[in-house]
Amino acid sequence: MGDDFAAADRLRDRVAAFLGQHDPHGDRIEFLRARFDAGLAWVHHPIGLGGLDVPRHLQPVVDAAFVLAGAPDNQPRRNSIGLGMAAPTLLRHGTPDQHHRFLRPLWTGEEIWCQLFSEPGAGSDLAGVTTRAVRDGDDWLVTGQKVWTSMAHQARWGILLARTDPELPKHRGMTYFVCDLSAPGVQVRPLRQLTGEAEFNEVFLTDVRLPDSLRLGAVGEGWQVARTTLMNERVSIGGAPMAREGGMIGLLTRTWRERADLRTPGRHDEILRLWVRAEAARLTALRLRQQLVAGEPGPEGSAVKLSFAGLAQAISGTEVELLGADGLRHDDWSLRSPTEPDLLGRGATYRYLRARGNSIEGGTSEILRNIIAERVLGLPAEPRVDR
Amino acid sequence: MTNLRYDDTEEALRATVRALLRAHSPWSAVLARVDGAESYDPGLWRRLAVDLGLAGLAVPEALGGAGAGFREVAVVLEELGRAAAPVPYLGHAVAVRALLSCVETKLLSELAAGEQIAVLAVPFATPPGPLPEHVVVDGGDLTGTIVGVADALPAGLLLVPATDGLYLVEAGGPGVSRVPVVSLDATRQLCDIALDAAPGRRIATGHTAIGAVTDALTAGAALLAAEQVGVAQWCLDTTVEYVRQRHQFGRPVGSFQAVKHRLADVWVGVTEARAVARYAADCLASDSVDTPVAAALAQAYCGEVAVTAAQECVQLHGGIGFTWEHPAHLYLKRAKSAAIGFGTADRHRAKLATLVDLPG
Repeated sequence: MGDDFAAADRLRDRVAAFLGQHDPHGDRIEFLRARFDAGLAWVHHPIGLGGLDVPRHLQPVVDAAFVLAGAPDNQPRRNSIGLGMAAPTLLRHGTPDQHHRFLRPLWTGEEIWCQLFSEPGAGSDLAGVTTRAVRDGDDWLVTGQKVWTSMAHQARWGILLARTDPELPKHRGMTYFVCDLSAPGVQVRPLRQLTGEAEFNEVFLTDVRLPDSLRLGAVGEGWQVARTTLMNERVSIGGAPMAREGGMIGLLTRTWRERADLRTPGRHDEILRLWVRAEAARLTALRLRQQLVAGEPGPEGSAVKLSFAGLAQAISGTEVELLGADGLRHDDWSLRSPTEPDLLGRGATYRYLRARGNSIEGGTSEILRNIIAERVLGLPAEPRVDR
Repeated sequence: MTNLRYDDTEEALRATVRALLRAHSPWSAVLARVDGAESYDPGLWRRLAVDLGLAGLAVPEALGGAGAGFREVAVVLEELGRAAAPVPYLGHAVAVRALLSCVETKLLSELAAGEQIAVLAVPFATPPGPLPEHVVVDGGDLTGTIVGVADALPAGLLLVPATDGLYLVEAGGPGVSRVPVVSLDATRQLCDIALDAAPGRRIATGHTAIGAVTDALTAGAALLAAEQVGVAQWCLDTTVEYVRQRHQFGRPVGSFQAVKHRLADVWVGVTEARAVARYAADCLASDSVDTPVAAALAQAYCGEVAVTAAQECVQLHGGIGFTWEHPAHLYLKRAKSAAIGFGTADRHRAKLATLVDLPG
């Protein structure tokens, strides 16, 4: 750890020097571009690509120093797909030209990214995508339909998985592209969910012309490239550690404390059980974070995702019933397109409905259990007929 | 700051204890002892407590202990749970915690050496709470009955909570009888203690006595969680190993989703229980103000995880898991008994209701 302390000190010195030369209260985008160029964006990235080639767990040192100086951030929640999934995939599989074209505006938030993976016929079985990319001289012509695409209405680029050879077994016939969402033939329509709002979109691609320079990885290796993206979907844990009774459980306990008229003995034990589960899940996430900081990433992320989904559903379900007559009212069914769901700001019935998606999005709980069983516990895979 | 990880010395300690248990307390030996005359294993205790010096892990170095702490004690207990080892380590650790609150320095030195085993003489099912009053005192002599005490059979010293304080009683002394109980968990055999004008030395009175017993029971609840994690981990590991090699319908049974998903859920439970138990041990070690919450949380959560893991172990082994010759039942009995030890989960939830202000 001694080395880490020294490295952290050096990083803080670098940030201080940078702040001496760049006014954090000046032009926001200019400031962020300069921060990227100084290697203080993603410290674990190579020099020249936003980083300093130092261990990833030192990133919070840099972020904290900028926060302390009142510097603007890159509004990471606006571009979570770009930062969390597209960037690591570009870094690992992109060409030098692609690195230099895409990474800086991605990090600064000048260009928003979305993910064009899921299709109506390819959900959990993502390798079943049927969107076709056909070679046309130096270009590709892409036709198909993508679904569950958040941010598509704001995105400049999308990471796209398409079939380039339907004759090959399905895992080998795909290629990975960067899709230009401003290209002719791209049509984005909001997809309304059971909550009434539309966080996601359907994206229709009709003879969309993409130059071959937008291909990421070799032709036919789309599945391997996509695995990089999906692994990053499951390891990313953002934000500050949660405090006790942070999140949904806090809303439930507040109602319980304030509304003595709602209490029954049966509900009391249910509330206590949920409190215990929430605290166990919180400590598990905290332990995972401490392991990551210590440079020993564990598979606990899968446990956190699985528990969070079940817990959010259980807590919000109890909350609606606890409210009794008030649980029959809903705040708003109007069609809106939020950047992210407002889980804590809206009513209990919204939370209950939105939480149903927690065990479907980002890998269903069933797929997650398969992953835990096969990759963590080492159990044999189900026999397959599609390989 | 809270540290939920295991550091390098703790991992080294784990490896040492695991190797010793593998060599000297394989499950076949544990199973054989269940049918034998002596339920606890004095030879194993000597190796752990005396030779390795683990009896005094939580005792300060100035008093002859190792000057480590309850985080390390918890690591030892995880391994003992994993082996369902028949040694009175948990009971002894609870007694040490009581004596730390009484500032009984000479006695602590003796316990640290491991030559002397002590236990708090209360029923194993006692949750942290009001001072149990099973025993009355008359002219310094103790009379009363305490049923279902764990780890007292091999103990030389009993710490007896009585009406006017905490007493030290020689377990083999006059007026003391210990009757072995046919116990659900034969790897931690209980006994009923009858005191008939047994001479005792009072070591604490008033608030000191109440505090010592409360601290000890809280420590018991927190430390038992570590043992439960060890039990659950053994059940998970053993079942995973089995379903990988057991074939039915021309496939390993572990390739069926119905089996995989159940084991994935056990893994999630063990992963969470480990974080919860680690938090309890860390609170105990640092004397955190949150220790009562952490201990209640630990017993509200970890006991159920261990019971589920043991039940799944039996179920997913199929027929062999239902036999006496397979060790699964040792862990099932250990887990179910431990779920009652230091109070059942519902009692700890009721305790949490008060501690975190969720009134009924």
